[in-house]
Amino acid sequence: MSKLKIKTVEDFQKEGKSAEILFWVGCAGSFDDRAKRITKAFVKILNSANISFGVLGKDESCTGDPAKRAGNEFLFQMQAMSNIEVLNSYEIKTIVTTCPHCFNTIKNEYPELGGVYEVYHHTQFINKLLEEGRFSIDGGTFRGKKITYHDPCFLGRANKVYNAPRNLIKKIDAELSELKRCKSKALCCGAGGAQMFKESEKGEKEINIERANEIKDNPAKIVATGCPFCNTMLTDGTKSFEDNDTVEVFDVAELIVKAKDL
Amino acid sequence: MQLIPNIIFSTILLISIGFFVRNLKRLRRNINLGRGQTEPINNKPQRWRNMIRIALGQSKMVRRPIAGVLHIVVYLGFIIINIELIEIIIDGVFGTHRIFSSMGVFYGFLIGSFEIFAVLVLISVLIFWFRRNLIRLKRFYELKMIGWPKLDADLILYFEIVLMSLFLLMNATDVGFQNMNNGNVISGMIYPYFTEFSIESLHVFERTFWWLHIIGILIFLNYLYYSKHLHIILAFPNTFYGSIENKGKLNNMNSVTNEVNIMLGKSNESEISEDVNFGASDVKDLSWLQLLNAYSCTECGRCTNSCPANITGKKLSPRKIMMDIRDRIEEVGKIIDLNGSFVDDNKKLIGDYISEEELWACTSCNACVEECPISINPLSVIMDMRRYLIMENSSAPGELNNMMSNIENNGAPWPYNQQDRLNWNE
Ligand code: SF4
Ligand code: SF4
Repeated sequence: MSKLKIKTVEDFQKEGKSAEILFWVGCAGSFDDRAKRITKAFVKILNSANISFGVLGKDESCTGDPAKRAGNEFLFQMQAMSNIEVLNSYEIKTIVTTCPHCFNTIKNEYPELGGVYEVYHHTQFINKLLEEGRFSIDGGTFRGKKITYHDPCFLGRANKVYNAPRNLIKKIDAELSELKRCKSKALCCGAGGAQMFKESEKGEKEINIERANEIKDNPAKIVATGCPFCNTMLTDGTKSFEDNDTVEVFDVAELIVKAKDL
Repeated sequence: MQLIPNIIFSTILLISIGFFVRNLKRLRRNINLGRGQTEPINNKPQRWRNMIRIALGQSKMVRRPIAGVLHIVVYLGFIIINIELIEIIIDGVFGTHRIFSSMGVFYGFLIGSFEIFAVLVLISVLIFWFRRNLIRLKRFYELKMIGWPKLDADLILYFEIVLMSLFLLMNATDVGFQNMNNGNVISGMIYPYFTEFSIESLHVFERTFWWLHIIGILIFLNYLYYSKHLHIILAFPNTFYGSIENKGKLNNMNSVTNEVNIMLGKSNESEISEDVNFGASDVKDLSWLQLLNAYSCTECGRCTNSCPANITGKKLSPRKIMMDIRDRIEEVGKIIDLNGSFVDDNKKLIGDYISEEELWACTSCNACVEECPISINPLSVIMDMRRYLIMENSSAPGELNNMMSNIENNGAPWPYNQQDRLNWNE
């Protein structure tokens, strides 16, 4: 695949300019093979809308969320403070991220530690672009197709962002077929609270299998989500279906890229 | 001689109130064993609105329509019928009889609505009993719910049944009241079953029901402290003080901020306070709000019922966590009652009540917080106990230690080099 046009905030600084937004890529978006595709999809959207955005590149580091939720407040605050120092040194004002965990941490937990920014989840930001007339989505390959949506806990319950991703699914003219447990009643994918990085405790089944079964009961063959970790968990979960019942998991940004053939 | 019933009544009333106040003081003392709360109690208007909406307006209850509507009936009935208590107490203290009956039609309207509510409450309580004991809803059963919690839940229902029946019977056997034919909408239908008794025996019946009713209420009042029914009082402060921030925000520990500032050379040693222990291993390390949460818990199980870990068969149950805290704080309270101050009993919340396995199963998904009808936050407790396990006890699962050392060394939870952060665009 050809390289996408990206610039670091450092590049902007050297040119004596500043970017409109900082795209906070996140650890999953930088290193996880599946999540990298989400990163690229969002960059394609930004480029097609002609948004001047910068990334931190090698200046970016973990927000500290998994450490904090594991109970290591010390490590979290070390990460937070050094990230805030970097962000403030580049005079960052607006941050957009494709990861609800980064979103939640920077938006809710950084301000008290000196990091005050306007923070958007990418689904919110794309909606903003639509409202401002800087980007358009009209139908495309998913017209009339059934798509279901899995609410990431850190986007939905944690920050009450339920409508932004749903609105985008409607914009690609797909038929949104809600899961039984959705919005504030949504079931977790099983990754949060640092669970992503450890085996789960003894039980009857894995949480992602429980959720995947619910997805299987839904007539939609595509499940959209807005979190790289949910994406991994649901992909693993739906893969476990024996009957080759194929359900595809996509980030909302990927659906838009496909719909518009970007 | 005339005055004897009044004196007996006043004495019983005073003793009950005395006991009740004593328990409230004990409650306040126990809750105050907790630490300070990090979220400032700002934005009072918002907090009042929350209390009115969630506690008074029962807004969260209808997330489960059947239980929600039934609960609202019992709750409204409880509040409305208790207006009658004013008359009963005045009558009892001054030896009057139905002092407000002179209000005429309005009195009939009041008593009439009380009687209708009494019947509705009876029906709802019976349905509750069926759900709990015959349909055996899963949510009411787990290990922690065996024994006292189960008995407590049933006792409350029996109390309600007895009190409502006594109220109706007391009205039905009150010949004067029946002859007024004003407000006896339900009791008027029971009255005919008593007509074969003489006026004198009816009077004895009426007095007996009247006394049993008020004594029952006073017993119930003093039962609250020992019961999950305490929520009828504590739901109010609990929803007032409950967090008004985004649920995703987990508090930043100030004690840690101080230490980190020292490490980064932004502050000097002298500013840090001695003997801070990080996180919570016992009830006294929790905040007063978390302890208030525990005393308020209705043991309804909405949290556990929506907990992904619990649904998939893990040991974790947010309801159990809250109940464990209450059990432990009561235990600590008793030690203080006995000795005047706390003496170490070699027990802790972690280990003796809550296992590490439970704590590590949480995904911090906030489902429990979202579902709780009275704004309890089990997740905050779980996080504070994890903080203890990691920062004081260094007892994290091995994989989490790997994750954390990756973050420390290369700024990501996986072992990738920070220099390679842009490689996704290769
Ligand atoms: S936050 Fe933790 S305890 Fe609460 S429902 Fe989710 S997994 Fe269960
Ligand atoms: S914490 Fe809330 S939801 Fe859970 S049992 Fe107690 S009252 Fe019910």
